[in-house]
Amino acid sequence: MSERILTYRQAVAEAMAEEMRRDPAVFLMGEDVGKHGGAFAASKGLFDEFGAQRVRNTPISESVIVGAGVGAALMGMRPIVEIMYMDFICMAMDSIVNQAAKVKYMFGGHAVVPLTIRTAFGAGRGNAAQHSQALETWFTLIPGLKVVMPSTPYDAKGLLKAAIQDDNPVLVIENKLLYGESGPVPAEDCFVPIGKAALRRPGKDVTLVATSRMCWMAEKAIRELEQQKIDVEFIDPRTLKPLDMETIGQSARKTHKVVVVCESHRTGGFTNELAARIMDECFYDLDAPVQRVAAEDVPIPYNHALEAEVIPSEKDIIAAVHKVMD
Amino acid sequence: MNQQLDRETLIADYRLMLRIRLHEEAIKVLFSAGKIGGTTHLCIGQEAIAVGVIAQLRPDDNIVSTHRGHGHMLAKGGELKLMLAEILGKSTGYCKGKGGSMHIASLKLGNLGANGIVSGGLPIAVGAALAVQMRGTDQITVVSFGDGASNEGNTHESMNLAAIWKLPVLFLFENNCYAVSTCSDYSMAGGSMVKRAAGYGLPAQAVDGNDLEAVYFAAREAIQYVRSGKGPYVLECNTYRIEGHYYGDAMVYRSKEETDEWRKKDPILRVEQRLIERSLLTESDCRQIQASVQQEIDEAVQFAEASPEPDSAALFEDIYTGGA
Repeated sequence: MSERILTYRQAVAEAMAEEMRRDPAVFLMGEDVGKHGGAFAASKGLFDEFGAQRVRNTPISESVIVGAGVGAALMGMRPIVEIMYMDFICMAMDSIVNQAAKVKYMFGGHAVVPLTIRTAFGAGRGNAAQHSQALETWFTLIPGLKVVMPSTPYDAKGLLKAAIQDDNPVLVIENKLLYGESGPVPAEDCFVPIGKAALRRPGKDVTLVATSRMCWMAEKAIRELEQQKIDVEFIDPRTLKPLDMETIGQSARKTHKVVVVCESHRTGGFTNELAARIMDECFYDLDAPVQRVAAEDVPIPYNHALEAEVIPSEKDIIAAVHKVMD
Repeated sequence: MNQQLDRETLIADYRLMLRIRLHEEAIKVLFSAGKIGGTTHLCIGQEAIAVGVIAQLRPDDNIVSTHRGHGHMLAKGGELKLMLAEILGKSTGYCKGKGGSMHIASLKLGNLGANGIVSGGLPIAVGAALAVQMRGTDQITVVSFGDGASNEGNTHESMNLAAIWKLPVLFLFENNCYAVSTCSDYSMAGGSMVKRAAGYGLPAQAVDGNDLEAVYFAAREAIQYVRSGKGPYVLECNTYRIEGHYYGDAMVYRSKEETDEWRKKDPILRVEQRLIERSLLTESDCRQIQASVQQEIDEAVQFAEASPEPDSAALFEDIYTGGA
């Protein structure tokens, strides 16, 4: 049987549609998610199928979009809320950090918050400093939240379904530049458990860990490194919180050399957490310090050439692999 | 002639107001004795609002409360023992000692939580009301917020969304004149939530928040309106924060004369006067009720003090449903 190929955005829409068909408590709300189908067309078709009651167009009100999601979730609904660009999540920080993530613990456990927060991040489109940031690390600091970053259409569907079915607030960080990418996505049985990394390629010389679109950069780098007879083991954590250190640690202990790649900034970004955790758990198995490939510590510039310099490239990844193998 | 409550309700509400007041007074004693950590926000002087609005709700209605929320919880049926145990951080409290004064909640009683973030509860109330509307039932959600919250973006986003979706929310504005040290006369442009409500096309009225009967009848109208499915309503209750922002606040930002003026408008004394004037109770009946409420409080304090501290294993529980 031939594989079914979908784009990442179709996979996102399909996950939501399936969950909305399965469970009447699931609904979507956000800016322009209705007839318009979402700023990135990731909710295309949902309005026609489910109507304005369950695919709710909101005013531009990020804080109340998420906060209302918390209130509806406390009442037993399973809202999916969309924050159009991840940069706009700054307007909703209280609702996410102080409300969604905290109510269960603050209330001594007697609250359940099955809330999915979808958002889109990523530089590389000339969207400049307020429409391009990789802010995932902020949310990994917060107990009570789960954070996932799908890199493939398969995971975009599978992780989103897992998030919607999860009884906790889950932040699903999609990537704007990946929406148009295609890949195999099964119609049935597409479910990716939260907290489970994917070993994308076994190898023996060096471990490469990358998230979201950086996985695509990593794969290009791996093809080049193959030519150079460097056998890379490649892991996509898929979930940032809780992080699957078992899979990452196993690989680090096998290859003794690790390169980590994320689109967040170098200072305080998610590569730091990866490097620290690998050091905590595998220090005596490592032949060299973990190499971090991250965005430069500058706002994302508008100019295309400048922007390309800020975000990690395939060249940067190859250089880091060479360095760790020296 | 102002509308009057029937004898039974007036006495019940008087008793409930006393329960709130004496609960807060007990906290002062416990705090002074070093038995309460952190910070505690007392609602002394605002009892008529909690009781006048919340006590007439149905058990299946919801409230979203504030950091000054002990009165809201007691008016929604909160138990003194579990309240005081929580405020003392004990494992028997409403939140197993993990939330404390600012986060008391009981989903069973329809309290979706006090909130340590000023205006943080308004979006939650909007969402709770949305859930009700989507299910087609007729519960309402009452969200309390103060003059401090009135200037937060959340308040405006929430009123706007609730208005366009005609959600069953009663926005209960308690203007107690102060956000910590900042007077609402200074901070609140226009000076009135009724005027702001008009900007969202919402019906609103302002009442003397220290007059139980005025609050009760205004709230009754508001509750009926919201329950009928017509959309949100804004009820403005003007009152005064008799205590400091927190217990122990030196209050250098206001005069003793100002506070003394407001003490004369004490909402509980006013109810007591009416009960006696209308020959519903005698002075001695009132003292008797007060003594019996005090006894409830003393028993609750005893329960709370005797309750065990949370186990250290509890530290890592209740972060995620079903584990991380």
